[in-house]
Amino acid sequence: MTAITFIHPDGRRESCDAGAAATVMLAATSHGVAGILAECGGNAMCVTCHVYVERGWLDRLPAMTSDEDALLDGAAAERLPNSRLSCQIRMTPELDGLELRLPDRQT
Amino acid sequence: MNPQGFSGSTTSSERHPAIPHLDVDPFAIDFFDNPYPDQARLREAAPVVYLDKWRVFGVARYAEVHAVLNDPLTFCSSRGVGLSDFAKEKPWRPPSLILEADPPAHTRTRAVLSKVLSPAVMKRIRDRFAAAAEAKIDELLQRRTFDAIADLAEGYPLSVFPDAMGLRQEGREHLLPYAGVVFNAFGPPNELRQTAIERSAPHQAYVAEQCQRHNLAPGGFGACVHAFTDTGEITAEEAPLLVRSLLSAGLDTTVNSIGAAIYCLARFPEELARLRRDPTLARNSFEEAVRFESPVQTFFRTTTREVEISGYHLGEGEKVLMFLGAANRDPRRWEEPDRYDITRKTSGHVGFGSGVHMCAGQLVARLEGEVVLAALARKIETIEITGPVTRRYNNTLRGLEHLPVTIKPV
Repeated sequence: MTAITFIHPDGRRESCDAGAAATVMLAATSHGVAGILAECGGNAMCVTCHVYVERGWLDRLPAMTSDEDALLDGAAAERLPNSRLSCQIRMTPELDGLELRLPDRQT
Repeated sequence: MNPQGFSGSTTSSERHPAIPHLDVDPFAIDFFDNPYPDQARLREAAPVVYLDKWRVFGVARYAEVHAVLNDPLTFCSSRGVGLSDFAKEKPWRPPSLILEADPPAHTRTRAVLSKVLSPAVMKRIRDRFAAAAEAKIDELLQRRTFDAIADLAEGYPLSVFPDAMGLRQEGREHLLPYAGVVFNAFGPPNELRQTAIERSAPHQAYVAEQCQRHNLAPGGFGACVHAFTDTGEITAEEAPLLVRSLLSAGLDTTVNSIGAAIYCLARFPEELARLRRDPTLARNSFEEAVRFESPVQTFFRTTTREVEISGYHLGEGEKVLMFLGAANRDPRRWEEPDRYDITRKTSGHVGFGSGVHMCAGQLVARLEGEVVLAALARKIETIEITGPVTRRYNNTLRGLEHLPVTIKPV
């Protein structure tokens, strides 16, 4: 089990097991987590799977590509230093316990 | 990632299951009139089928369509994404630098279009596009009865896209006919394709001229493409062809997508009522219409080597037809696939494709669709179909010619 916790804008915490999902985005959409739209289906084009990575986790994630960096400038919600696209975070056992805050909007 | 386990085949063909031959012609008028029974046949026959009529392989299930889309080096685009194999036949026009190219050549041109049509750019044009949608719906509310294709599905994109491109006023009447030729030309050499190409010369001449830098207004998408020649990311010879891609694929597709959404909301009034109760569902209502109607129905790829798809063997140099519309209604992937549900989780549908060739203009399409449906949700009570609905026939695009409607204001 690789647990991920999504924290909604109202503070509600929603945890799910990533199971065999290849990315955080796929784990979220397969569990129907509201707030992760992933309109482009994980092709790094749309910035509707934006998340804020909770303290302590950011450095443990793979570095972002220049494409992801550029895309995040177009995010609907404010871009913060801990902004990432959840479709670009590949699931690994080391990410067990990952905590992500959801932005107030994706479009 | 290689989820379907495609691999070069070294085994003898006897070890592979036989691929069923079907007599379906997916480019025939009676197929266009009602594609669903034949799409189900194609989907249920096997993961891979063979279409005798055009001597091509086909995939109609979601998993196989998605997998083929996501293996662009095995299933290439550089030999054409229509039936015509560019390795054997001269293309009807100079090939696209993006649609009809493979990585790594594709990667550079694609990066330019991705920047020109990025999420950040959408934020800048959003208010303008939304205001134009409000104005269009207000205008139609004055008329009450109109053709939802000509007056809305075409009328709205024509009121925003050519200006956003930075096109001259003169000659815009060529845009939809040109796109019609492009999408018919992906099909087989049937009457639709032959007639379209025979009549294409004036449209091609307009587009070639309009793609030149001096004919594109500063600040528009077209000028933005040309600006990348200054930074050396593309050459001055490549820029007009990349602008051509935006003109080929940027208008008719959104016309058919918006037309699909209006047609859905007119046929399923309970979904229109849900949208009216919660206009924030506008964007997903549009996305679901793209899944449900799949305005771009099909594209081809060509195998670059011997390959297995779900255990079925294909040789090198074979055309594979991907049924995007059938994949978007595959019950293996979608619950109640034949239901238009504006709250459906649509992520993963292949109406815009998937992988490196996924629609470069999808953000513009979603913006247009969202603002039109949001304006409609706030201002319109009902949409009633009040005349004969007729279909527009195209080898690739699915959409209507006429959709006579009467709308009632809130």
